[in-house]
Amino acid sequence: MSELKQLYQEMILDHNKNPRNFKVLDHPTHKAEGYNPMCGDHYDLSLQVEDGKIVDVGFEGAGCAISKSSASIMTTCLKGSTLEEANQMFENFHRMLTEETSPGELPGKMCKIVALQGVKAFPTRIKCATLVWHTMKSALEGKEEVTTEE
Amino acid sequence: MRDIKRDIEAETPLDAEALRADFPVLGQQVNGKPLVYLDNAASTQKPRVVIDRLKRYYETENANVHRGVHVLSQRATDAFEGARETVRGFINASDSKEIIFVRGATEAINLVAWSFGQKYVNKDDEIVISAMEHHSNIVPWQMLCERTGAHLRVIPMNRDGELDMDVYADMLGSRTRLVAVGHVSNALGTVNPVAEIIDKAHRKNIPVLVDGAQSVPHMPVDVQEMDCDFFAFSGHKMYGPTGIGVLYGRAELLDAMPPYQGGGDMIRSVTFKKTTFNTLPYKFEAGTPHIAGAVGLAAAVEYLTGIGMARIAAHESSLLEYATPRLLELDGLSIYGNAGNKAAVISFLFGDVHPHDIGTILDQAGIAIRTGHHCAQPVMDFYSIPATARASFGLYNTRGDVDRLVEGLNEIKEVFG
Repeated sequence: MSELKQLYQEMILDHNKNPRNFKVLDHPTHKAEGYNPMCGDHYDLSLQVEDGKIVDVGFEGAGCAISKSSASIMTTCLKGSTLEEANQMFENFHRMLTEETSPGELPGKMCKIVALQGVKAFPTRIKCATLVWHTMKSALEGKEEVTTEE
Repeated sequence: MRDIKRDIEAETPLDAEALRADFPVLGQQVNGKPLVYLDNAASTQKPRVVIDRLKRYYETENANVHRGVHVLSQRATDAFEGARETVRGFINASDSKEIIFVRGATEAINLVAWSFGQKYVNKDDEIVISAMEHHSNIVPWQMLCERTGAHLRVIPMNRDGELDMDVYADMLGSRTRLVAVGHVSNALGTVNPVAEIIDKAHRKNIPVLVDGAQSVPHMPVDVQEMDCDFFAFSGHKMYGPTGIGVLYGRAELLDAMPPYQGGGDMIRSVTFKKTTFNTLPYKFEAGTPHIAGAVGLAAAVEYLTGIGMARIAAHESSLLEYATPRLLELDGLSIYGNAGNKAAVISFLFGDVHPHDIGTILDQAGIAIRTGHHCAQPVMDFYSIPATARASFGLYNTRGDVDRLVEGLNEIKEVFG
């Protein structure tokens, strides 16, 4: 149960139950749709970027506790971040779940993404956690549709 | 006579606990707990006799089949053709040439969609399927419609997951070329009234394909009694190897249909000017077949026959009867698929916990279930849900497995509050 408790820790359950920034922006500068056809997780992400800074971000959609809490935590971390910091967090998030590196060794801004490190012990769930992060990256790169598959 | 045999069989319950010992994979622990395997609709485990048969084939009989003059080729051919005869007897086809070995139910349906479609389906013709089909009995027909300009008609279902037979009857018309329906729904467990479906279609001379992937492993099937024209199923869902499956087809239909793939084995003579095709079943078996797979499938059939399909059906039915109310006792649990005639498949949602989270937590408790859309997205759309969790039972499952499932679901409550 300990790995399970680490996966479904309080912060994850809280963000799943009360997702932050659960909204669609009226005038986003960037947006993308993230979809995992294998499980049906589906999110719309919208961002408002001004002078290289993310001033607002929102997401809507449905999926498992891991994908939803990851999305919610991501939005709280992105708000107020520069694009450079956003990219750094994307890299860190990815490395945290796919590499042996411990979160403490990763450079730059980590925000609260460490709460999701328990996902690493569940390889089948890593795609759930990264879905909306890939969506964010694509939105910022001007691609509007992302799909991840297991 | 068959019916009496079935009745006698069904009255003697099988000893699932004892049968478990036939399946090496079930003896292990998963995440520190004895494995409870409830993903049988996706794929079943293999008994020792099947595993041993594959080994024996490769160790003592392996060679290419047909035309060989050496001993091993003869042994392989005998084993392969013997398997065809075993399968014929299992589903009571009238002739072993009506048994075509393919990769699985999916390939069987694709074969019919291409070959039957090429010969009989034209622009504005209609193919009838049902609202609860697996993608493998939707997409090949959509592709056929795309190629020919034919149209797909879909028999609707009610909230319990039962087909509307009145609408179905009205759907059958002069442009209907084929009806293709699942015998048992993998997503809902519904056992469709195939005899009635076939009868209605035959009254208008419309042939019927039955997707039997979810029925053959769980109940007695007699294709002559059912009177279907095509019947498709997969080996791996009936305790046999992966990569082998069967298309049964009525001989006169198969004879009239063009080959599906070209290559070796399916020809009688080849020149650069003209090729003449082989007779059934070889016309539809281009290239070296999955010989070991067919031989292993025959071993699975013998294993199932030894237990008795009526006994297996009765056992699984009693598990369903035991499991359904126990699951419904859990606060917030809802079952999708409540047909009057149902196989031991339980699709469910539990409060607002996403099926994937259910699956992960149960897996930690050593319980394997499936979560997702079960390759039946239209069924999920019908209920406006993205996915379900699904427990599907097999001959080796016990009431103890159901208890473990309930225990696991209670743990989910603890985690999610």
